[in-house]
Amino acid sequence: MNGAVTPRWIALWPALMLGLFFLVPFGIMISVSFAQRDAGGFYQPGFELASYARFLAPFFARVLGVSLAVSLGAAAICVLLAFPFTVFLASMSRKVQTRVLVVLLSVLSLSEVIIGFSLSTLLSQTAGIGNLFYWLGLIEAPRAYTPSLFALMTGLCYLGFPFAVLVLYAPVSRLDPEVVEAARTMGASAPRAFMGVVVPMLRGAIVGAFILVFVFTLGSYLLPQLLGRPEHWTLSVHITDQAIYQANLPFAAAMSVFLMLVAMALVGLSSLAARDGGAA
Amino acid sequence: MTELRIEGLSKRFGTYFALDDVSITIPHGRFVCLLGPSGCGKTTLLRVIAGLEAPSAGRVLVDGVDQTAVPTHKRGMGMVFQSLALFPHLDVAGNIAYPLAIRGVDRAKRAARAQELLDLVKLPGMGGRRIHQLSGGQRQRVAIARGLSIDPQVFLLDEPLSALDAGLREHMQIELRQIQQSLGVTTVVVTHDQKEALTMADLVIVMKEGKVQQAGTPMEVYHAPANAFVADFIGSTNLMPCDCDGKAISVLGARLPVVEGDLIRATGAAQLSVRPENVALVPPAEGIPAEVTFIRDLGESVHFVMTAGGRTITAQVPPAARPEIAVGDAVGLAFRPGHRVVLA
Repeated sequence: MNGAVTPRWIALWPALMLGLFFLVPFGIMISVSFAQRDAGGFYQPGFELASYARFLAPFFARVLGVSLAVSLGAAAICVLLAFPFTVFLASMSRKVQTRVLVVLLSVLSLSEVIIGFSLSTLLSQTAGIGNLFYWLGLIEAPRAYTPSLFALMTGLCYLGFPFAVLVLYAPVSRLDPEVVEAARTMGASAPRAFMGVVVPMLRGAIVGAFILVFVFTLGSYLLPQLLGRPEHWTLSVHITDQAIYQANLPFAAAMSVFLMLVAMALVGLSSLAARDGGAA
Repeated sequence: MTELRIEGLSKRFGTYFALDDVSITIPHGRFVCLLGPSGCGKTTLLRVIAGLEAPSAGRVLVDGVDQTAVPTHKRGMGMVFQSLALFPHLDVAGNIAYPLAIRGVDRAKRAARAQELLDLVKLPGMGGRRIHQLSGGQRQRVAIARGLSIDPQVFLLDEPLSALDAGLREHMQIELRQIQQSLGVTTVVVTHDQKEALTMADLVIVMKEGKVQQAGTPMEVYHAPANAFVADFIGSTNLMPCDCDGKAISVLGARLPVVEGDLIRATGAAQLSVRPENVALVPPAEGIPAEVTFIRDLGESVHFVMTAGGRTITAQVPPAARPEIAVGDAVGLAFRPGHRVVLA
């Protein structure tokens, strides 16, 4: 039916774009990861597994662990905050909903740099909220809350929260309110109806929001440096470090490939879990 | 035994009364239809009975026990929603047994009960299907089965058949009535379809603007409407201004003596209601003079649309008794004695 109006070959366009701007650079990155490092600053084409071998050191295993833990944590916190928030938002009037969504969208226009520096100021000893707590008599002396894991998580959640809300908003607002009422007439208390009916019905959207925030924060390399301690530095930070400061492009590429494989495996697992859950 | 009593129920939204002092008593096991145009308050009344809406005034009593302050999930009523509100994440049996799962009934008993109810709604062996695999009529049956799974004292349905096409709807009306009769559960159905109400109900409650206009059996509201609104809303009727002194009705320049069977609910200036099937066509000299303006032949019956004294009057005759009359002919009208209703 649509074929008459929209020619089929139009589908080639996104495929072409994907190939050109994703697959080609990805191919280059894979080939670089096998290349030989040139201490002069670039690399010699070749095939060796030295970069991958180096990655197998316990240090990088720990870094990978930190990266995954930080991103999974941020994704979990974002979804836990965003889900009730979105359910509440969907119950508001249209006008309020539009305003809140505009504010959320405008947060997306802030770059990681601005968010990072704002938070590091806000949580600092000299100009931060520590002074407010001190003035209120909550603490003995003004103190800094950055750098710390708390500051890092705050920054990542600030970044990920709008995405989580935007992914959840459409399915949540489409949810038939009679479904909750039906569960209520059948004997479910309000919390039980929420956990037993609303959450399972939106399982797909919840997993989607979780994956989006996870992948998004996995690539963050500025916030860990601005807000975290060195032990919180993620793999992305080390990739940047190797690529730009250590001039070791093959190693950076190898780490990137590895990070991507791990991320893809996790995304695949969680979407599989969502499908199984939906069919159970 | 479950008697549902509604006492002086009002529901106000700002200055607007969705329900205005409604009192109804529904004896055990009756099938009641709340009937009225959209915005008449029938759905609000059902929601107040279910506890989904708190009344501004009045009480809901089940067997004399005040339920007004009891939260929805503790009322133990079964309800079918207009959107059906089936749970897509559960299969058919899971949907039907959900109220039992909430009550902690064990798995084997839940499965047995789901099977029993699937047999009742004529969907045997469908327990393992997903909701999205079902047709509209099948979903309807699942929703009815789910509403009945805890053996509710009161069974509530909000426009349950409105999403079905005409043929299937008529079929489901009969089936719903049969299910209700076999279980004997006190049932309240909201509908705007008067045929549906007449098909299913023991008791029809006609509502308009938040007020009960008439409560009676289908034949009472059809043959002895309380007012012009009910006469017009249930079936179709011819309404014309008249003057009545109790002995005769003056209408369209004629004076018709009141006979046994005519219903006189008002005297003085009033309205005469005569159903189209009770309008007879006679030679011009023997009845009220009228002119035929349109003939609608529906096969099962023929409708003659006429003007008399500036008013449009419709007569309905069976095809076998169709007189030889064409559009533009002058005819005489007679209102069948004993079938005339004078209303305020």
